[in-house]
Amino acid sequence: MLAYAIRRLLISVPLLLGILCISFVMLKLAPGEPTIIQQDLEARASGAQRETLRQLYGLDKPIYVQFGRWLWRVVRLDFGRSYMPDGRLVMDKIRERIPITLGLNVLELLIIIVAAVPLGILSATRQYSLFDKGMTLFVFVGFATPDFWLALLLMILFGVQLGWLPISGLRSLNFEYLSFWAQVWDVLSHLILPVLVAAFGGLAYLSRLMRGSLLEVIRQDYIRTARAKGLRERDVIHKHAVRNAVIPVVTLLGLMVPGLLGGSVFIETVFSIPGMGQLFVQSAFSRDEPVLMALIVIGASLSLLGNILADISYGLVDPRIRVSGGGAR
Amino acid sequence: MNRRRFRESVFWRQFRRNQLGLVGGTVVLVLGLAAVLAPLIAPYDPAAYNVKQILLPPGLAHWFGTDQIGRDVFSRMLYGARISMAVGFVSVGIAVVVGTLIGTVAAFYGGRVDELLMRFVDLMLNFPRLFLLLTLIALLRPSIWVIMAVIGFTGWMGLARLVRGEILSLKEREFVQSARALGARDRRIMFRHILPNALVPVLVSATLGVAGAILAESGLSFLGLGVQPPTPSWGNILIDGKANIEIAWWLSVFPGMAILITVLAYNLLGEGLRDALDPRLHQ
Repeated sequence: MLAYAIRRLLISVPLLLGILCISFVMLKLAPGEPTIIQQDLEARASGAQRETLRQLYGLDKPIYVQFGRWLWRVVRLDFGRSYMPDGRLVMDKIRERIPITLGLNVLELLIIIVAAVPLGILSATRQYSLFDKGMTLFVFVGFATPDFWLALLLMILFGVQLGWLPISGLRSLNFEYLSFWAQVWDVLSHLILPVLVAAFGGLAYLSRLMRGSLLEVIRQDYIRTARAKGLRERDVIHKHAVRNAVIPVVTLLGLMVPGLLGGSVFIETVFSIPGMGQLFVQSAFSRDEPVLMALIVIGASLSLLGNILADISYGLVDPRIRVSGGGAR
Repeated sequence: MNRRRFRESVFWRQFRRNQLGLVGGTVVLVLGLAAVLAPLIAPYDPAAYNVKQILLPPGLAHWFGTDQIGRDVFSRMLYGARISMAVGFVSVGIAVVVGTLIGTVAAFYGGRVDELLMRFVDLMLNFPRLFLLLTLIALLRPSIWVIMAVIGFTGWMGLARLVRGEILSLKEREFVQSARALGARDRRIMFRHILPNALVPVLVSATLGVAGAILAESGLSFLGLGVQPPTPSWGNILIDGKANIEIAWWLSVFPGMAILITVLAYNLLGEGLRDALDPRLHQ
């Protein structure tokens, strides 16, 4: 198993290099260069000053030297300074936002798993029942619902009409003056809508996978054997079928990472949550290249990691994969 | 194909049975017509503002209400449909061309070329797509052409895999081998026998792709990095919806509903086509 994990990690190294390469090419192919943006701010900049700026950013060197330098810095997680007037280190900007995005995504995943698995089991065991048909409808609608729109609807219902929940940010303005428990409730109430909305799409997807997986397992010979032994249907499903059906579903969670990161962009923008997704949109608006590059490199690396974890966990439960050495695809 | 032959074809007989697919197809047609005929149907000029009629709730004069500078939301949504359809079709067109090309080349040449191209596909799939879209748009500045190109060029990977797999399996089928035995040349086999058959699943995938592209466009426009106001798009009307969320629910509800219905319709149509075109499901 360890050998498989190591081999899986090794074949990811070229992929990671490729990710870095594409990111860099994107940065370089884009029209204009950072010195021009800074000139927009200072129209009187002379040719000599421009040259100084080019040298400062190393833009006067040949492209492979620039790539080499960039790569070396990226490996040490040094993404330089933001182009914003605050000129802060990119990693500092990102570091303070990681816990927020990570926390939201973990909560979201927990809700997805806790809800999707039972929902999938229910629709698979009652295939073609009214409940199953309802779930199928929910899945189709779930796939077609833009999460930012769902967010707006819930904000109108629970925030504006009913006034039960706050609709933006992570804390109320009077947060400092609240008692401890009131503070806890304050943060929680700010989290309810974002986490629910974020979990919606993934929930539809995962419950569908769970349903399919269980339906497949139920057709296996060992389930027929269990029934033939005279086990109660409840035991057949819960002790034999579900345990086998849930494994491939859980291993697929790793493949959901790119989607989760993309989802964070919308959720954090709609609910004004200061996480990495919001930073991405802000940086895209202001064309803050160092921050954009850092986020895309980190995002793609996280996706790669999710992929590897999915493959390895799949290899753990299915020995055939380990032996043939193929990916989970 | 003439009309009679089409009515009697296996495809149509199968597709007709799928009620959800028919509903999806009908909605797609109606929406397409509405988009094309928008200038004739729209009760108001989508850009005409009227400061005396701002934020009117839905009523007889303005079916979907008016926005914060008094423009008719229904008319703006009709013109928004044109944007959505245009972005959907053009970007999927780009994705189909790129994906088919790369998939075909990989399957046809095999070996190292195949290995290289498929690793490139893996690579592209590892970027969270939205991050890639936002970065490219930020670097290129948003406009409708950039949106179409960027959605197309980040959405071809699944199609490339699909085409490659399809060609590899078709290559081994009897009708291709018999064509080869009859002495047909490579190019003829490729274009006459293999590609036409490989394009059937591509059609299904493209239909579903239109749904994805419309969702992507509306999302980008909602973030403010897609179609730029004053050009109306379902996504950027929702920006106004968010800005006026406490007073004007109609600015949020209707455009989102339009996105949901359109995406759902394309998905149902795609699934219906898949079922009708896949002979394995008919038994």
